[in-house]
Amino acid sequence: MEKNDRKQANQRVVKRLGIAAVLMFGFGFALVPLYDVFCDITGINGKTGRIDMEEALSQQVDADRLVTVEFLATVHSDLPWEFRPMVRRIKVHPGEVTEVNYLASNKTENLVAGQAVPSLAPGLAAKYFNKTECFCFTRQTLGPGESREMPLRFVVDPELPENVRTVSLSYTFYQAEPDASGSTSSMESGGLESVM
Amino acid sequence: MSTATTHDDHHDHGAPSGLMRWVKTTNHKDIGTLYLWFAFIMLLIGGAMAMVIRAELFQPGMQVVDPQFFNTMTTMHGLIMVFGAIMPGMVGLANWQIPLMIGAPDMALPRMNNWSFWILPFAGTMLISTLFMEGGGPAFGWTFYAPLSTTFAPASTDFFIFAVHMLGFSSIMGAINIIATVLNMRAPGMTLMKMPLFVWTWFITAFLLIAVMPVLAGAVTMMLTDRNFGTSFFDAAGGGDPVLFQHVFWFFGHPEVYIMILPAFGVISEIIPTFARKKLFGYSSMVYATASIAFLSFIVYAHHMFTTGMPVAGELYFMYATIMIAVPTAVKVFNWTATMWKGSMTFEPPMLWAIAFVFLFTIGGFTGLMMGIAPVDMQYHDTYFIVAHFHYVLVTGALFAIIAAFYYWAPKWTGHMVNDRLAKIHFWWSVISVNVLFFPQHFIGLAGMPRRIPDYSLQFADWNMISSLGGFAFGLAQVFFLFVIIKTIRGGEPATSEVWEGAQGLEWTVASPAPYHTFATAPEVR
Repeated sequence: MEKNDRKQANQRVVKRLGIAAVLMFGFGFALVPLYDVFCDITGINGKTGRIDMEEALSQQVDADRLVTVEFLATVHSDLPWEFRPMVRRIKVHPGEVTEVNYLASNKTENLVAGQAVPSLAPGLAAKYFNKTECFCFTRQTLGPGESREMPLRFVVDPELPENVRTVSLSYTFYQAEPDASGSTSSMESGGLESVM
Repeated sequence: MSTATTHDDHHDHGAPSGLMRWVKTTNHKDIGTLYLWFAFIMLLIGGAMAMVIRAELFQPGMQVVDPQFFNTMTTMHGLIMVFGAIMPGMVGLANWQIPLMIGAPDMALPRMNNWSFWILPFAGTMLISTLFMEGGGPAFGWTFYAPLSTTFAPASTDFFIFAVHMLGFSSIMGAINIIATVLNMRAPGMTLMKMPLFVWTWFITAFLLIAVMPVLAGAVTMMLTDRNFGTSFFDAAGGGDPVLFQHVFWFFGHPEVYIMILPAFGVISEIIPTFARKKLFGYSSMVYATASIAFLSFIVYAHHMFTTGMPVAGELYFMYATIMIAVPTAVKVFNWTATMWKGSMTFEPPMLWAIAFVFLFTIGGFTGLMMGIAPVDMQYHDTYFIVAHFHYVLVTGALFAIIAAFYYWAPKWTGHMVNDRLAKIHFWWSVISVNVLFFPQHFIGLAGMPRRIPDYSLQFADWNMISSLGGFAFGLAQVFFLFVIIKTIRGGEPATSEVWEGAQGLEWTVASPAPYHTFATAPEVR
């Protein structure tokens, strides 16, 4: 190979492999949404679903079966709120639309915004647990000392496997950016939008 | 690039003198030497940390160090050995040998080569400096799982993150250089399927590096923003997921173990034919086996995560895919054995290390098969059994191959034969002590002793003491190795060009020691 040809060939290799390395760096980040999509499709990882009211009401109620739903609440250490479910545990028929409330109170003198993140155990039951309304769909803002009941309306899919008799729904409230736009900041949106 | 041209234009000078020779060098032999010395120094530092671990585990109870420092030691030992010793050691061999083996005057991109080495000492210093920072060094294990490495890690973790970034840059530049060299610098007549296997294995390894080092860089970048800039990639409270970290990490981590072992396969495939005085059995099947191992390494990674609660379908898939890797690996072991079969074997030091590699690496491979079976992995996971497994593949595998490569090529590098008696003492000392060190760990692992814990219950005491004794002996053997290396550099029986009676390949056609500039005129390959 002539010296100039070789130099050109080397530059070509460096360019192509450099691009490959940059693309793989991007692929590392692309794994984040891919992972969420994968969990969404397979229903693993405790990420619960969202359906509209019509679809929820169209489900056949299985009156022969009762499933226990337990409610848990956690507040992230950065958020100066109190947060608890109004009922700890109820029994529901699969296919029956049920509404429960959580109570959140702001313990400070300031306006504070929070975002709740759900998780359902056992993880494999998550895709059979759907919500038509939830305070976790949007960020919640509480004024100084304000308390509010936060509604949650859900339906357990009658297809829920027979061996699951109890599911535990847990919410963690964490502090959100206190802007008024109602959307989350760009840094946080990667993880947030997919967990509704 | 201009430096490369100047170099090609007048190649009659020897090595410049003085310290700046090493700082400014673009010569592949100088840079290879720098890499190898860096790797050896890191081996001794990481080894010293292993001695601290074995001293603490010598007896049950807390004796030598506090638990936080113990965890720092297991973390730093792993990081330094993987990123400081084994990987740079292999790159050092590549720098020295690839141009000599394909008849090239130097690496394709000599200036970048200098850069990829000189990043390393800074990255290494930054990593080790975390030990002296407030709050101590990283103590979350070399796999740095979130949230241990994000929410609960000491402040020094940010320095660890930048060190990993720098190591990644160095590896990617080194890999680009190797691919460019192999593609563009081969002597006329050196077709791809005539290349020595060491060159082939490194060529494939370089592609693995380019594919996965950026993913590691992405993982630590996500850690960095999670720690400092309020993102929640791995924080469940913010909608992220700690298990995601394990997926991203092992997407890098599994190919990484093949990055460390494939060049070792190459070294062994050079040594065994020389001392069996036969051509390598099944050359093309070796190339295809290497390529298939590289491909499979991308689709099996979640076998490190069987205990995360993945669905049964996932466990089945990753189990079958993992066990499939045994097929190309078995092809390799078969070919090495078949090369020795009815060969006129002699047992010079490189051959002893190579045979020990084949035997002991295969033990590590078999325990790997055991771990690959998902239902039993539930018991072995995070016990000393996995510690025994990966030390058999990385110490008696990758490290033994680097040592074998030293004994094989040192006469070419230094111009002196290695003292046979000292080399054999080093070999038997190491090979016996390494088994005393790691074999008992299989037993205590199967009996349930967890890894990364400074204390253990009484029933593990005997085997731990034996393992520690083996560890001290093996550590001392590598200090003896330093003595052998220095003695070989300073003198010894002069080596001929061919060095070994049965040696084939272009590197044995140049004088010993190899002149500063070789193959200025490309050799003709039949």
